[in-house]
Amino acid sequence: MLRSLQLESEKCTGCLQCEMACSYENEGVFNPSKSRIKVFTFHEEGRFAPYTCSQCAEAWCLHACPVDAITINPGTGAKDVSEDVCVGCKVCTIACPFGTVNYNADSGKVIKCDLCGGDPACVEACPTEAITYVDASNAGMDRMRAHAAQTIKS
Amino acid sequence: MHHVIVGSGPAGVVAAETLKTHQKDARVTILNNEDAPPYSRMAIPYYLIDQIEENGTHLRKNKDHYSSIGIDLINGELSAIDLASKTLLLNDSTNKSLQYDKLLLATGSSPNIPKIQGIETEGVSSCWTLADARYLLNKIKKGDDVVLMGAGFIGCIILEALVKSGANLTVVEMEDRMVPRMMNDDAGGMIKDWCLSKGVVIHTGTRVEEIEKLDSGKLGLKLSDGKILEANLAVSATGVSPNTGFLKKEQLKVGQGILVNRSMQTSDPDVFAAGDVAEGLDFSTGEYSIQAIQPTAVDHARVAAKNMIQLGSVEHQGSINMNVLDTLGLISCSFGAWAGVKDGEQVSLINKDRFKYFNLQFEDDLLVGATSIGMTQHVGVLRGLIQSRIRLGDWKDRLLKDPTRLMEAYLSSTQALGFNSKVFA
Repeated sequence: MLRSLQLESEKCTGCLQCEMACSYENEGVFNPSKSRIKVFTFHEEGRFAPYTCSQCAEAWCLHACPVDAITINPGTGAKDVSEDVCVGCKVCTIACPFGTVNYNADSGKVIKCDLCGGDPACVEACPTEAITYVDASNAGMDRMRAHAAQTIKS
Repeated sequence: MHHVIVGSGPAGVVAAETLKTHQKDARVTILNNEDAPPYSRMAIPYYLIDQIEENGTHLRKNKDHYSSIGIDLINGELSAIDLASKTLLLNDSTNKSLQYDKLLLATGSSPNIPKIQGIETEGVSSCWTLADARYLLNKIKKGDDVVLMGAGFIGCIILEALVKSGANLTVVEMEDRMVPRMMNDDAGGMIKDWCLSKGVVIHTGTRVEEIEKLDSGKLGLKLSDGKILEANLAVSATGVSPNTGFLKKEQLKVGQGILVNRSMQTSDPDVFAAGDVAEGLDFSTGEYSIQAIQPTAVDHARVAAKNMIQLGSVEHQGSINMNVLDTLGLISCSFGAWAGVKDGEQVSLINKDRFKYFNLQFEDDLLVGATSIGMTQHVGVLRGLIQSRIRLGDWKDRLLKDPTRLMEAYLSSTQALGFNSKVFA
């Protein structure tokens, strides 16, 4: 059964443990700017919103890639970037309408959430269960996917 | 049903794959006129600097990909079409021909060859095909003087590769800034300043008028402002034009490129067109034009393929014109109506010392265009906001005051955050 990240901004305290965990898991450094998940701050409302790739069915990044560097992981359903194949042309970063594929100047390649291969570090790090890894058929996920589908019609 | 696709770039390949996905028993043939498996021109700069091997440019990495999904990939060049008998004549010694039921013209574009004396001189080349890239890779030596004619999108993409291969580069662009068709004055000027700071010599507002071989063996390039440049090599990147040479006069309706409707169908009901050769619907202007960019080619291909199977099954919603460029490490993007719209509003942030620029263009409370320099995080939401036509409401005024709040505006407006988020009600 495929699982997805469920992001509940209500529960987020803005502690940024998820960003640290993501950066450490994927880049080996504690550097939030290298995190694939980002927490956005709403100063006026005093709220926080964790945000990352929803592994959308449309897979804009995958279709935009000119060299077949983004593939669907059969185990997790995530859209994975193969760092060996990616040339760093950045077309996926402008094609993804959610802005969740980003260029990493240090490696010259793009990075995005790959669900850590099925054991997301952000989920483990989150102290308030604002990020959970749930059955993909969960209602919240359906709504995110529906949103993804309506955002742009091909 | 035999679908024939002429052209093996992203449009041709994606169309073929879409056809096989949705109509498994269809016969699908791609006609490839280059001496390499289908590849991406976007990857050529990375091949030029030896970051990847030639196969790193290939659209699909597995050699047997096409045969494994039942696509016939054949070599040949289209010389003429007989629409009445649905026959393609191929330009080869065997006088081969090919019958089709539905035809997709995805023939792409070719570089414009400037009409100047000496353009045929040895040492003057385009940088468009893998064959061009092989020639340049073999030719450029560290420390060579190289002149790049044209600082448009393609010129700027190869600019970095030329500098990284050790060339002393001089750029000649006839307009007054870099990438004039993708960047406004501020942004194009900033990219020029950046290149100057990296040691590239740039002449704007002038053009090469004549090229000759000097006694020294080098090339002499005479500019319209009277200057003379000497170079070991000259690379021409003065725009591209659609490949329609195989069409007889008035065989299909052609403007700048082949005219299509929202099904990507041409004036002949069994002939479709996609990619650089097609004048498709532009999302921002509502008009038909040539965008000549990879994401648009893929959009076209998917729509065309579905309509080749069943006409009317999907309508093209218009492609958004967008580009991303890495000029010696300075990353710039532009989206949609980046030059603004009539009676629109705009906001700019500019920091010349740090090479940062951000511009948003609004129409009412919709984001319609954007330009960024030095921004690599979440740039895709610019496309998302423009193409989804999401009303920004109060957020437009907040963005006019502080455009860096883009992500807050995006998240608040899209509610993409999960079912029990009450923050954005």
